Amino acid sequence: MLAYILRRVAASVLILVLSSMLVFVMVANSGDPLATLRLNPHTPASTYAARRALLHLNDPIPQRYWIWISNAVHGNFGSTIQGQPVAPQLWSHLFVTFQMVIIATIVAIVVAITVGVLSAIRRGRAFDSAATVTNFLFISIPVFVLGLILKEFVAIPINNAVGRTVLYTIGQESPNLTGGFVQRLPNYAGHFVLPVLTLILVSYPSWAIYQRSSMLEVLDSDYVRLARAKGLRPRRVLIRHTLRNALIPVTTVIALDFAAILGGAILVESVFSWQGVGVWFLAGVSNLDFNVVQAYLLVTAFFVVAFNLLADILYGVLDPRIRYG
Amino acid sequence: MAERPAGGGTGAPVRGRGARSGASVAAGRRLRRSRLPVAGGETHPLGDEHGMAGDARRQWQIVLGRFVRQPRAMISLGVFAVLGIGSVVAGFAWHYNYLTLTDQIATFTSGGPTWQHPFGVDPIGHDVFAQVMQGTKEDIQVALLVAAVTTLIGTTIGALAGYFRGWVDPILMRFTDFILAVPLLAVLAVLANLASKQSGSWFWVAMIIGFLAWTYVARLVRADFLSLRERDFVEAARAIGASNRRIIVRHLLPNAIGPIIVNATLTVANAIILESTLSFLGLGIQPPNISLGTLVASGEGDATTFWWLFVFPAAFIIVLILCINFIGDGLREAFDPRRSRVRA
Repeated sequence: MLAYILRRVAASVLILVLSSMLVFVMVANSGDPLATLRLNPHTPASTYAARRALLHLNDPIPQRYWIWISNAVHGNFGSTIQGQPVAPQLWSHLFVTFQMVIIATIVAIVVAITVGVLSAIRRGRAFDSAATVTNFLFISIPVFVLGLILKEFVAIPINNAVGRTVLYTIGQESPNLTGGFVQRLPNYAGHFVLPVLTLILVSYPSWAIYQRSSMLEVLDSDYVRLARAKGLRPRRVLIRHTLRNALIPVTTVIALDFAAILGGAILVESVFSWQGVGVWFLAGVSNLDFNVVQAYLLVTAFFVVAFNLLADILYGVLDPRIRYG
Repeated sequence: MAERPAGGGTGAPVRGRGARSGASVAAGRRLRRSRLPVAGGETHPLGDEHGMAGDARRQWQIVLGRFVRQPRAMISLGVFAVLGIGSVVAGFAWHYNYLTLTDQIATFTSGGPTWQHPFGVDPIGHDVFAQVMQGTKEDIQVALLVAAVTTLIGTTIGALAGYFRGWVDPILMRFTDFILAVPLLAVLAVLANLASKQSGSWFWVAMIIGFLAWTYVARLVRADFLSLRERDFVEAARAIGASNRRIIVRHLLPNAIGPIIVNATLTVANAIILESTLSFLGLGIQPPNISLGTLVASGEGDATTFWWLFVFPAAFIIVLILCINFIGDGLREAFDPRRSRVRA
């Protein structure tokens, strides 16, 4: 088991390094990040030269990559093209995004499992059909379209009806908030509802469909039939025998989907103007701010690899029949 | 399920064994008659799998038979066909081009849907119906190309890895892991930004998405091939001297075609989502080209005043993707009814 985990981690690190190299070369070759600074007639030549030196733009690309990655393993992600350190920006933006992602994931898991289980035990009845159509509908709405619909056609009418802003559509908190955490809580909540709801609605359906089919598979298994034949109470059969086993596959799917949630968060942030890590990354892409892009990609790749590994390990822990090869 | 001829494999022998002799003769005659129309010349490519039934309907006929019996999938196919053909026809037949500036503009009192402009006009005077049709066309083009590229690359890599194993498999699969390890949306953003600054056309956007999105198909095909290559009919083909190429193309691929087609369909839906997302972020299709994503993005700011600028493109995106997902679901059901119909 331990040897397996170590081997997986080694392979993942190698893949991470290779993919970060690819992205680095791509971004480094995509244009001059200091073009605005260079084209500004008021920039002193010395400032421009100093900025180039700070960003190591005069060095060959392999050397720049080496400088970047040897600093990155120590938590130093270099400078932005404005000359500020990347790391503090990265952590503060990541904190904003993770608040949203973690709350949304937890709620989405609960919703998905509830809907999936109820659909499975009421298979073919009204609830099941309604849930299936709803799942398909939410799978088919792109994140940004759903976010915009909630913003324009849910939040604004509700705010108009109430007469004041209850559901905020811009930012993660109002500027210049005063008072303690408790006084600020309603303001936070008003900002959280729509983005989190958007993420929940786009994440839960595929998990619910998965949970439904794994539940049906277990319900059809011999040991559940045996449990029923022994005369166990239906509730006990459902929870102890069926649900416990039907949760195993969906656990791994949720862990594997973490990448998709982070991707979705980029869009939710841009629709609702959150200062999260995704919006920060998009700005980095359009400014050719390569250290910002690299930092984002490294951190997300780290989480994706870590969650893939977690999925594999969880699978083995939850289901002892799985052997690691 | 079992009494329909569409049940294929298991239906006929079971029926024959249980019945009295007279009935089984009748059943045999019925089977022989049903074989006649398709016995013209060629041998059954899937004889190994379905041969024991004595039912010579071809695989695609069986699948088609199951597909047309699903109302939801058929309605979706119809709607998708109407949207696809309609968007192409509208490009020629509609009285406005998507770039034409009409003599009407959207103001606070006018510009909404009328007979002349069924989806209204925008503040500069574009006819929104013509724009939505053009966007739909571009989106479908992108999605079909992405599905073709991903299916081609993914199937080739998965087939080679699964069939040859040995040193080929780990190399191809580590390469697949490598492509997979890079967060898709992130790299699409970097790449699409670079490519679209040069061209910005639907073709490049589709190629970029296609070259990064094939990993799932590759894994799927590899897993299928790993189990299929151990089957007896492959052994038999090899014994009579069939080449690797022939075994892969004539024996293994037809048996793995179900999941490949289903996945290609779902890729079409995902490609529309990805393309519209990139365009919304300003990284996909660039002006003067338009897609439903760019229309939604530009209609967003006006959604409360000029609702038609947002509602129509958004509705078209959702309907398009929903139809394709329902078609994909119907195909899955048609190719493998066992998976979704568990006894319970």
